[in-house]
Amino acid sequence: MSTAATDLATAEVTINGTVTRFDGPPHTNALDFLRGQGLTAAKEGCAEGECGACAILVARPDASGGTRWTSINSCLLPAAALDGGEIVTAEGLADGGTAHPVQEEMAVRGGSQCGYCTPGFISSMAAEYYRPERAAEAACEPGDDGDHHCGPNGFDLHSLSGNLCRCTGYRPIRDAAFALGQPSAEDALAARRDRSAPAPVATDYRRADTATGKVGRYRRPATLAEAVEILAADPDVTVVAGATDWGVEVNIKGARAKNLLAVDRLPEMRGIRRTADHIELGAAHTLSELERELAGDIPLLGKLFPQFASRLIRNGATIGGNLGTGSPIGDTPPALLALEAELVLSSVRGDRVVALADYFTGYRQTVRETDELITAIRIPLPLSPLTSFQKIAKRRFDDISSVAIGYAVDVTDGVVRKARIGLGGVAATPLRATATEALLEGRPWSLETVHAAAETLAGEGTPMDDHRASAKYRTAMLRSSLERFFAEQLGQPAVTGQEVK
Amino acid sequence: MSTLSQRPADPIVGERHHHESAFGHVTGSALYTDDLVGRLTGVLHAHPVQSTTAHARLNSLDVAPAYEVPGVVRVITASDIPGVNDQGVKHDEPMLPTDEIMFFGQPLAWVLAEDLEAAKEGAAAVVADVDELPSLVSVRDAIAANSYHGQELTIDKGEADAAFADAAHVFEGEFEFAGQEHFYLETQACLAHVDENEQIFIQSSTQHPTETQDIVSHVLGVPAHEVTVQCLRMGGGFGGKEMQPHGYAALAALGAKLTGRPVRLRLSRTLDITMTGKRHGFHSSWKIGFTEDGKILALDATLTADGGWSLDLSEPVLTRAMCHIDNAYWVPNIRVTGRIAKCNKTSQTAFRGFGGPQGMLVMEDILGRVAPQLGLSARELRRRNFYTEGQDTPYYQPVRHPDRIDACWDQLISESDLEARELEIEAFNAGHEHIKRGLAITPVKFGISFNLTAFNQGGALVLVYKDGSVLVTHGGTEMGQGLHQKMLQVAATTLGVPLSTVRLAPTRTDKVPNTSATAASSGSDLNGGAVKNACDQILDRLRQVAAGLLGAPAHEVSIDRGIVSALSSPKTVTWEELINTAYFQRIQLSASGFYRTEGLHWNLAQMRGEPFKYFAYGTAAAEVEVNRFDGSYRLRRVDIVHDVGDSLSPLIDVGQIEGGFVQGAGWLTLEDLRWDESDRPSRGRLATQAASTYKIPSFSETPDVFNVSLLDKAHEEGAVYGSKAVGEPPLMLAFSVREALREAVSAFGPAGTSVELASPATPEAVFWAIEDVRRAEPGAATSATEGQRVPS
Repeated sequence: MSTAATDLATAEVTINGTVTRFDGPPHTNALDFLRGQGLTAAKEGCAEGECGACAILVARPDASGGTRWTSINSCLLPAAALDGGEIVTAEGLADGGTAHPVQEEMAVRGGSQCGYCTPGFISSMAAEYYRPERAAEAACEPGDDGDHHCGPNGFDLHSLSGNLCRCTGYRPIRDAAFALGQPSAEDALAARRDRSAPAPVATDYRRADTATGKVGRYRRPATLAEAVEILAADPDVTVVAGATDWGVEVNIKGARAKNLLAVDRLPEMRGIRRTADHIELGAAHTLSELERELAGDIPLLGKLFPQFASRLIRNGATIGGNLGTGSPIGDTPPALLALEAELVLSSVRGDRVVALADYFTGYRQTVRETDELITAIRIPLPLSPLTSFQKIAKRRFDDISSVAIGYAVDVTDGVVRKARIGLGGVAATPLRATATEALLEGRPWSLETVHAAAETLAGEGTPMDDHRASAKYRTAMLRSSLERFFAEQLGQPAVTGQEVK
Repeated sequence: MSTLSQRPADPIVGERHHHESAFGHVTGSALYTDDLVGRLTGVLHAHPVQSTTAHARLNSLDVAPAYEVPGVVRVITASDIPGVNDQGVKHDEPMLPTDEIMFFGQPLAWVLAEDLEAAKEGAAAVVADVDELPSLVSVRDAIAANSYHGQELTIDKGEADAAFADAAHVFEGEFEFAGQEHFYLETQACLAHVDENEQIFIQSSTQHPTETQDIVSHVLGVPAHEVTVQCLRMGGGFGGKEMQPHGYAALAALGAKLTGRPVRLRLSRTLDITMTGKRHGFHSSWKIGFTEDGKILALDATLTADGGWSLDLSEPVLTRAMCHIDNAYWVPNIRVTGRIAKCNKTSQTAFRGFGGPQGMLVMEDILGRVAPQLGLSARELRRRNFYTEGQDTPYYQPVRHPDRIDACWDQLISESDLEARELEIEAFNAGHEHIKRGLAITPVKFGISFNLTAFNQGGALVLVYKDGSVLVTHGGTEMGQGLHQKMLQVAATTLGVPLSTVRLAPTRTDKVPNTSATAASSGSDLNGGAVKNACDQILDRLRQVAAGLLGAPAHEVSIDRGIVSALSSPKTVTWEELINTAYFQRIQLSASGFYRTEGLHWNLAQMRGEPFKYFAYGTAAAEVEVNRFDGSYRLRRVDIVHDVGDSLSPLIDVGQIEGGFVQGAGWLTLEDLRWDESDRPSRGRLATQAASTYKIPSFSETPDVFNVSLLDKAHEEGAVYGSKAVGEPPLMLAFSVREALREAVSAFGPAGTSVELASPATPEAVFWAIEDVRRAEPGAATSATEGQRVPS
């Protein structure tokens, strides 16, 4: 095992300014830990990161070197992962008897009815209140482009996409959000943004599980080299990053790992690196970080991110984690397949690069060896200019796709030179629509070509019936997809995101 | 104006105030039942053993392995129940099964342990020996097997058969639509302990503390006075905590009795969804006749409610459905048959609207479908059939104030610029091939009062302390609807004190006994009447005291925001002075208030009477945009005019209207309960049993533009301070969304195409409806419609 990791019987976390020790069973999530401390503002509504009632503010590092108050689903986060961290709950936002501006607006405008979801909304709303870019965006025209829905104060309603309210119908919450001003000069949490976030601490947390008596372990090594050593030494290790998938396994399916390896803070796996022939995305970068730091440099990913789960999930979930689970419907694979992404897999044996198209081998099966970590995702350059990400789901915010389709197409002089199409939700693995790609390439980019290819695309994949959609609908979505893509490229509105006068 | 409805000068009712707990909500200091666990020591945690089959003979339960798990303290099975093993009110709902398993997920036993982890492991260790039996999962299964609860109910008024013969147009069809999961954000929760005096104290997230008390009492076999139930507040109820909490409270109380330790029982989301009842889905078949000019002449309908395994509240839900099939429309000849399918699912229960939405949906669906075939716009068809003065309902109750249906409708058309927008949408649709917009306007008429007359009573306890501060307790529960805020405003108005003088205490059965459920939208009417009554009693006594202080006759005394005065007196005294004087004069400063709704009667056997004190009215117009590629849509704009009488608290009322509307839109468009109807071992299992698979509206479903107005000149003299109930009626305003989708779908086909739309109208359902109309011949019903014209 690692020599750098400190052996700790407890983890320490700063909660609302007070250092607090965690010494519970290792599968305890941050929510249960907080509630056990008597901090009952954060609530359990679903225990799977869908409702946001458990949201808390976590001090996370910003690309600028400062701190970004980040709203996180505490139900999914292992309490041990907070070791060395700093968090604020709805209780902590109120300064003695004085409500925080976010709390004040929500209260007086009728933003709470039963109040159970409210502290979670407060957390997400406060994170957006403190988003440093918001002040600049307040100057922009308010409106809704489908991906962002900004008020006159720059408040993006998508920041609340992971919070559910069953009572209000959301209108008063929207009004409260849009009524917020900017933090005052005396605001301590605003000032906190200018100092660096707590550095990741090396953690080795070991505790007996009270019911089973078995020992569980949560380890966060300091370096990638240590991480791959741990993986090589113990094939039973469960790798976690943002824990947005693992947390569901723990809470809903009762999974109990005896050995967790946290890789989300490894510096080697973070950040974005640009070279002449590719853009490399650190696997432990969260989707929110990528969305912000890529700033549209990879337009297809720019279209994907706002449709990926919710802001609350994207704040925790990493791009490497989304590929590591091997889900047939994870939303990044269809886009990444269209971008011909490659994965860097690292182990004590060294690094290897695998095309994403060769990565998936079966339902939740991949070519990744048990001692390998996904450390980066490479997007080759140049990018094809025509792109689209089509997500078919019941609900526009925060839903799992029935079908997801990514396009990256190069049309020169009216002829399709290159077409790459990634599909999710239509087979046991994400896949490339290779027959359709072949059919399109070399043909004129026209409605005739689109119609000619529709049946071929409809025949790719082997969709199933489930509670999300029928197989017949999934096939119909493939059939209509190219025509929709074509209509979008002609500027015909085919998405329902127009602004209302 | 009645004295009940009349407001004094300068009333506090009608003022705009936020929810009394709003600052507690936002700072997290407002506590819910499960937040109290940390305040007790030695708490045991409960977890159920759930059945993994839809229907089976239960031969035996081997609980011994559970005791092998460290931390397990007690396993509770049916044989531990000292009293009556029944958690319902119809004696058909065993709290724990003795011989027959009735649905997938049914709790068979509960494990109590030192922590939840151990309770779960213990539950997993229990072995059930069962023999599977054939199961009925869908309402269609139950109809085919002739499997029903109780008796059929029938409304029969006029001469339906003869009227069909006279009708110029007759259509018939079938329509099956889904139920709805409550998805209150706070799942079912309770916390029970036994005090030093053997008094059982239960904190419960319940809409009906008295019934929780009753059922705990009969399960334990102890009198009601040994059981106290308190509800601090609920994190949402919506009807799902009217009947459902009782069994859990009884289990926790039994556990506390058996072990001598506090027992906490909180359902996880999946336990809650798989074990508790939901809104009833319905199957309907109907035949409707119209005159040449589109007036409804006759309706014959059969409604089959999907009741699940036990009766629960299915009978009154069905009754209300049958009593609301007319919605706002005059149906002179009508026959409605109602029955409750018995099948192997959760026992469906109350849900905001309580059957009313289901009855009305049948009518609104019919009108939306047949309007094109009658050559009328749906708007015109609806308008032509509104009730007018002098007409009565299918159950013979005169419709009072039918002009308010028109008033809401006209005010909305004007405020929402509806006619101009219809033209804009026509132009938009002509210019867009892949997306179409639709606009629809629908009315609501909803009867207020419990159908069962006895439930229409309320109680309150008002205490004035020597310093003048006032403490109010009433029988209603707070689930977010703002009832407590309204009661504070009623008490302050009646006593004539500032709002800050009055405080509200949590609902407890040892403060106000024998209460009705906070349900049927009746919370403000019943408890408001009782709070006002208690305050009036105190006020009458205080007037005498004030008369002495002011030297003026008692009938002249008026108290306004804490200042006591009389017309013929130059003096004023403060409320505090008045109370202090009254105390020293030995005047009683507390009162128990009571209210019963007068004038109600109902004969269930004949389905006839005047079950409702009044009707609440409203109208909504919704505009949607639909994408033909995947059937997805967006709610662009909603306008509502709703009748809340003279509002007690406008911010609260608007919140109820908006929230009810979005919840209704969720039911009709998004929320998709899917039970496994296959023959696999998972038959009967609910496939959508988590927030990740059962989707309630999020921010993306709220309308981009959302305008709500309260109807002007809406005084209701039958209710406290001229107000009307608001909890349920707005949910049904959401029919406008479904009908707008129908309009938009229709725009993809030839003019005058009739559209059949499934419910919920998910994107997939809308997609298939579009595919149908795109293939339709001009002027014809779509190939999928079951509505057909019968030669007359």
